[in-house]
Amino acid sequence: MAIIVGWLLRQTLNVQPWVEQSASKNVRSDGAFFLPPVKVGLGAFLAVATSLFALSISAYFMRMHVADWSPLPEPRVLWLNTALLILGGIFFQRARNAAQRGQIDGVRVGLLAGGAFTFAFLVGQLWAWQQLNAAGYFLTTNPANAFFYMLTALHGLHLLGGLWVWGTTVAKLRRGVGVGKLRLSVELCTVYWHFLLAVWLVLFALLLST
Amino acid sequence: MSYVAHDETAYAPPAEVEEMELYHAKTWLGKYVFSQDAKVIAIQYAVTAIAVGLVALVLSGIMRLQLGFPGSFSFIDPSNYLQFVTMHGMIMVIYLLTALFLGGFGNYLIPLMVGARDMVFPYVNMLSYWIYLWAVLLLMASLFVPGGPTGSGWTLYPPQAILPGTPGATWGIILMLVSLAFFIIGFTMGGLNYVVTVLQARTRGMTLMRLPLTVWGIFMATILALLAFPALFVSAIMMTLDSLLGTSFFMPAIVSMGKQLDHAGGSPILFQHLFWFFGHPEVYIVALPAFGVVSDLLSVHARKNIFGYRMMVWAILAIGGLSFVVWAHHMYVSGMNPYFGFFFATTTLIIAVPTALKVYNWVLTLWHGNIHLTVPMLFAIGFIFTFIHGGLTGLFLGNVTVDLPLSDTMFVVAHFHMVMAVAPILVIFGAIYHWYPKITGRMLNDTLGKFHFWFTFLGSYAIYLPMHYLGFLGVPRRYFAIGGTDFIPESAQSLNAAITLAALIVGTVQVVFLYNLVWSYFKGKPSGGNPWGATTLEWQTPDTPPKHGNFGPTLPVVYRWAYDYSVPGADRDFIPQNQPPGKKTGTKET
Repeated sequence: MAIIVGWLLRQTLNVQPWVEQSASKNVRSDGAFFLPPVKVGLGAFLAVATSLFALSISAYFMRMHVADWSPLPEPRVLWLNTALLILGGIFFQRARNAAQRGQIDGVRVGLLAGGAFTFAFLVGQLWAWQQLNAAGYFLTTNPANAFFYMLTALHGLHLLGGLWVWGTTVAKLRRGVGVGKLRLSVELCTVYWHFLLAVWLVLFALLLST
Repeated sequence: MSYVAHDETAYAPPAEVEEMELYHAKTWLGKYVFSQDAKVIAIQYAVTAIAVGLVALVLSGIMRLQLGFPGSFSFIDPSNYLQFVTMHGMIMVIYLLTALFLGGFGNYLIPLMVGARDMVFPYVNMLSYWIYLWAVLLLMASLFVPGGPTGSGWTLYPPQAILPGTPGATWGIILMLVSLAFFIIGFTMGGLNYVVTVLQARTRGMTLMRLPLTVWGIFMATILALLAFPALFVSAIMMTLDSLLGTSFFMPAIVSMGKQLDHAGGSPILFQHLFWFFGHPEVYIVALPAFGVVSDLLSVHARKNIFGYRMMVWAILAIGGLSFVVWAHHMYVSGMNPYFGFFFATTTLIIAVPTALKVYNWVLTLWHGNIHLTVPMLFAIGFIFTFIHGGLTGLFLGNVTVDLPLSDTMFVVAHFHMVMAVAPILVIFGAIYHWYPKITGRMLNDTLGKFHFWFTFLGSYAIYLPMHYLGFLGVPRRYFAIGGTDFIPESAQSLNAAITLAALIVGTVQVVFLYNLVWSYFKGKPSGGNPWGATTLEWQTPDTPPKHGNFGPTLPVVYRWAYDYSVPGADRDFIPQNQPPGKKTGTKET
């Protein structure tokens, strides 16, 4: 928020738009970010997703103070899942670095491994649901359970969306598209994965601590 | 202001955004139905929104029939009365106003006004419309399912929204929630387009502070919507789970129809917080584009630069920021810590400061202007009246102690209709009269337009002024019938009948507007490219209506702000944004 306000101040405060000459003297650029539009678009989408998760988490905090809240034991498999998602993030980062250097093999390994670890994470999450269900922690038994299922599902759906973009990128890779044309897609995937990893770490910390 | 000769290119910084590759549709279907052209998408959005808005208008007419002449119409019973109230509110706020301002005007005006060929993600933009249409169809489907649409009021408060006894508690509410979720997904797709197009696709020389205020208003409203709609999205998911799967996010332990339900411990207040965290910014999602558009209408038709442009921009930003910290003023009667009430009353009153600045600036723009009382101008001035009126009653309701007795009375209905129904809709009418010539190449009929304005404007006052008084008397809102209530005098009923007559007349007059839209499309006077003598880029296109790609072979270069009207020394009373300095001749016919 501070960045946005600062940026706006720089763009707007010193400017006298009604004076024609101001264009050449005071305004060096027209204020666009030096980024491809799709990157700015991803940034805006991440702001929307942040709002979504932040509001869900504040709802969680408000609801947990009501008397009937009884926290559920987090299945151990969540630790494994967290490790898998971190590994996925690392491989995406490697794919991005390889794309920067123009190494197509590195991109291939990074992307495929990153995607595989993400799939493993999602399977692990389903497994966690299964374990909770088997132990009698059903969706409706307690609001803590309902929040657990809802938050993990929201996060999982965002990852699935990411995997769809990942799928189109891998398809391009298989068609033999050059590394130059893949760079942007790989970079966008990486940013998105890091974001979802961060969201997961926050959610996991929240679930563990409450 | 005098001209200083300079090299033309010195005024415009080099372009930082490359020319975009346009998608050219090859089939008729691709060109006009599944179009990726923002202008076609805009018209699709607008037509859908107006069509569904007409349904909501008819619903309000039926409500008024019951209130004005209770018991005279057998087809209105308490259940479907509540359903009409709910559908009227939700359709008008979300599916008409939000969709028309952002999806309609946003799509049409942003690319043209910033000098872009199209939105930056045309395919996603197209998807946005089709998902919106799907959301509308889902909502309309709820009129035909068993039990009918939900009758829980547009705020959808649990627990009553999903309990038996409330109309539409089975199918209706689910369709409403799912429809809202789709609307939000569709809107997010469009919204990302509007924001990124304004940020990244401005043409050479179009700095942020040269943007017309219309673009500023739509831009900020989109940011608000992108950040506020997730709150509604989350609550829609949680309420769907409560209703379908029996979770207890919002549902407390409750006995319904003599039966103890399985829910326990849920917090209805949590829903209210989430709903109003969306709901209050929603007021400004509708109001900010109206603020922007009306600033441009006043400036063009008063042939005068907007007063305090920078202040106007910063007021838009300040209102946008403040709108996120006032939501609980909708919840004074829900019970809250008195310090919270104090906090939210204070922030609510603070928001009046930037809003009042805008009103002063509009009035000062008119001061000593060369005012042309064209139809768009009439609507713009009408907006100033109704907006001040609704804003002032907002000051009453923003105070906890005044709000408590007035809450849930007709006073509230009168307040919010004045400030966020009549005011924005007057701007929408003004904007349609203003931009119709660009969209179709023909002028709307002036006589019919003036007839439409006076009946709508005075009629709105005839409806809502007396409604404030009913609120003072204590007449509650949302009631099917008041019955014999001691503190409400008989005369309140006569007043209600008069309000109904006014409402029916205003509703009927809208037919004249629709007729004008259709008639002028075929028979209207050809408008030429720039009939109002306006400076902004959409009036400088080589073709009217603008073709795909908007600006011909080269994009315009912008040399000045959007408000060079009646500049001393210039030979015309406007200088287009893309006219290089030093040249004194205007480029367009008037």
